[in-house]
Amino acid sequence: MAENKYETKPLDCWNEAKQLRKDYYENFARARKNGGIRWAGGAWSFSAVPAGLGDDVYSLTGEPYGATVAFNKEFAEECHEAAEAKGYARDLCAYMRNYWGSILLDKFAWGGEWPKPDFLWTTHICCSHAKWYQVASELEGNVPFFCVDVSVGPYNERSERKLNYMVSQMMDGIEWMEKVTGREYDDEKLIQAVYNECRATSLWAEICTLNKTIPTPLDEKTMYSLYVLGTLMKHRKECADFYEKLRDEVKDRVANKIAAVGNERFRVMTDTQPPWAFLELWRYLQKYGVVSIGSLYTFGLIGIFEVKEDGTWGPRTTPQEQGIEIETREEALKTLAEWTLSRPEWQHFYSPELKSEMMKRIVKEWQVDGVMLHYNRGCEGLTIGIAENKLALKEAGIPVMHFEGNMGDEREFDLERTKAEVDAFLEILGAR
Amino acid sequence: MEQRLFEKFHEWYENRHEYAKGWKERTGGKALGYFCTYAPEEIIYAAGVLPVRILGSHEAQSFTEPHIFAMFCPLCRDCLAQGLQGRYDYLNGIMIAQCCLHMRQAFTSWQKHIPQEYSYYLYMPHGIQTPRAYPYLRGELEDFKKSLEEWTGREITNKDLDHAIEVYNENRRLMKQVYSFRREKTPRLTGLEAMEMVVSSQMVDKEEHNQALKKLLKELPNRKLNRSTGTRLMVLGSEDDDVEFLSMVESLDATFVIEDHCTGSRYFWNEVIPQEDRLAAIAARYIDRPACPSKDWPKRTRLPHILKLAKDYDVEGAILIQQKFCDPHELDIPAIRSHLETNGIPTYFLEFDVTVPVGQFKTRVEAFLETFQLPTDLF
Repeated sequence: MAENKYETKPLDCWNEAKQLRKDYYENFARARKNGGIRWAGGAWSFSAVPAGLGDDVYSLTGEPYGATVAFNKEFAEECHEAAEAKGYARDLCAYMRNYWGSILLDKFAWGGEWPKPDFLWTTHICCSHAKWYQVASELEGNVPFFCVDVSVGPYNERSERKLNYMVSQMMDGIEWMEKVTGREYDDEKLIQAVYNECRATSLWAEICTLNKTIPTPLDEKTMYSLYVLGTLMKHRKECADFYEKLRDEVKDRVANKIAAVGNERFRVMTDTQPPWAFLELWRYLQKYGVVSIGSLYTFGLIGIFEVKEDGTWGPRTTPQEQGIEIETREEALKTLAEWTLSRPEWQHFYSPELKSEMMKRIVKEWQVDGVMLHYNRGCEGLTIGIAENKLALKEAGIPVMHFEGNMGDEREFDLERTKAEVDAFLEILGAR
Repeated sequence: MEQRLFEKFHEWYENRHEYAKGWKERTGGKALGYFCTYAPEEIIYAAGVLPVRILGSHEAQSFTEPHIFAMFCPLCRDCLAQGLQGRYDYLNGIMIAQCCLHMRQAFTSWQKHIPQEYSYYLYMPHGIQTPRAYPYLRGELEDFKKSLEEWTGREITNKDLDHAIEVYNENRRLMKQVYSFRREKTPRLTGLEAMEMVVSSQMVDKEEHNQALKKLLKELPNRKLNRSTGTRLMVLGSEDDDVEFLSMVESLDATFVIEDHCTGSRYFWNEVIPQEDRLAAIAARYIDRPACPSKDWPKRTRLPHILKLAKDYDVEGAILIQQKFCDPHELDIPAIRSHLETNGIPTYFLEFDVTVPVGQFKTRVEAFLETFQLPTDLF
């Protein structure tokens, strides 16, 4: 066990994050009783868009839900078996199978029956996205389903045509939502939700940027419980407000050298979702003074970054910070589309090299000693190109290892074997 | 006589690389490899370039281990393996029309590790059921056309496009005519022959292919196969050009009379409907074609299409095959099985890898075929 060098303490706003998450799921489950509307879709859905239907509109995003199920090994296994019994292959997205399994079992991970949504609203960039909700719609008795295709290429190739393709689909989506809910759409609420989303996702990027400091004020295991709010409700004011509070607290930790891990000696980064049922692996690292400062996944799944004047990565300047006033529905949707296209975790869908460059940037700017890639059998979307990323990191002289597992299906993760692989890697780093 | 009719297609299928090299030598033209049948070949052809579909060789290999994580499908790894072994070294460039995540990896790794003078990623939309896809794809095709013009140093005129559209449409019409002979009570060609005909069309100059098809169509009405048709089967699922598998099944008193594969009917089923704006016409053709599962949402358009094929070709049973880890097909197979079975067509599922366990599959297919035999009096 490495000795403590830095002061450390829990986050003051930790319980608030937990409460926000709990409220999110409970509000969704209760929404209909209170006359509200509930929709479900991917964490990358344009969640600001349904916000125009009213203040009593609640969402359930599939990936964080799938991760919640994964954390409960027994329930996850029940879900997987239910999906497999229905004919779905066990190598499909593990979150998706957790989600479908919950529908099939009529069990909600947070208690009670499965809360059937009023409609499904999602985006498609990964092969599984639209198909996930196509099947969910069928299993739930043909719940209305709309999907926006966003697979228009990386941010550096954006064009008016690509933005118009996305915006026009969202415009159609709004008309569709009005039909399926019978509600009149309020553009002002949409505009506010877009502002909220830009603020929340830029703030999360700023929080991640604070981890460039030694000692790192946040470790990745803690970040998993924080970034999740952005995957649940990035368009909501309470999410942006919470991230502002968190940003201030993390800034304070940096100023006072309060570490996430008191014995920090080595800094690593990971990649893709962790095996949720085995987060003890992150604590295992800490025994040896090794802290994971995050990953492109924890930073860029939700965080929106830009290259600053000094050439380093920082939070993207929001439209409101630029003094841009959004006045119409179309402007709001275009702002949202353009903002979202710059999401770091959307770039690698078109080229592993774009991801490798971002990973090398993190290694350099976040002062990372080694990279641990999770070859995640549970997610083809974030694992695409990962072997090329490994080669690129090696070529750049960065120590790198990979371990194989599954974010949501514990049957495909071997903790002891992984620990043995990690041990060998830590020896290479000099941590053991 | 039986073998001679399809010999040309078989020869092209087997000797695809020699053909392309010979074509280049003969014409002085360039060859462009493509990774998915959403590639708008008409534009490539109009540029005077030979489009060549990149496919695997069905051999066990380990070349791709450092490049593609093994949870991705065997086809994408098999395709990349061909490039890494230099089997497509005559290609002047590669392109992909955006398809599944799996094949995209074969493309991007090829781009990185196999030097090319040209490569292009066409952002083919996935949302093919939204009307917004038509103008969007038309614009993307315009960019692709410009890029090809810059690469080849020649303008692609409307005349060039018209010619390419006509050649391609004729190829589609002719192959559909050949397919009509599979609808007969005693089909005049096997599923294996059909596959080799279609796949060879993805690799050779379509004008030459058209000539061979015309010749075939003259003789086909008189052909009689010296084999029993047996059970009329449909095969559908992931890409399948596995000769060993198709011939094994067809040796068991069964005939594949139709399929829904990108190496079969899905590739050529619809034509470009000419309009003044040629690129808009080509865009519409690729958006409206029988869908790949990765693009078949929110509605399941594949279900009625597959059922219609089954009915038109008087199918008795369907074999659903899937490349291991092929998520798009894994996501459709339960719905397709259920739809076919509800409509009285029994199904059987098999999962493929880069090579096929023929012995085991033979036993399983035999068991499936036995279910079609009339019940015998046991007592």
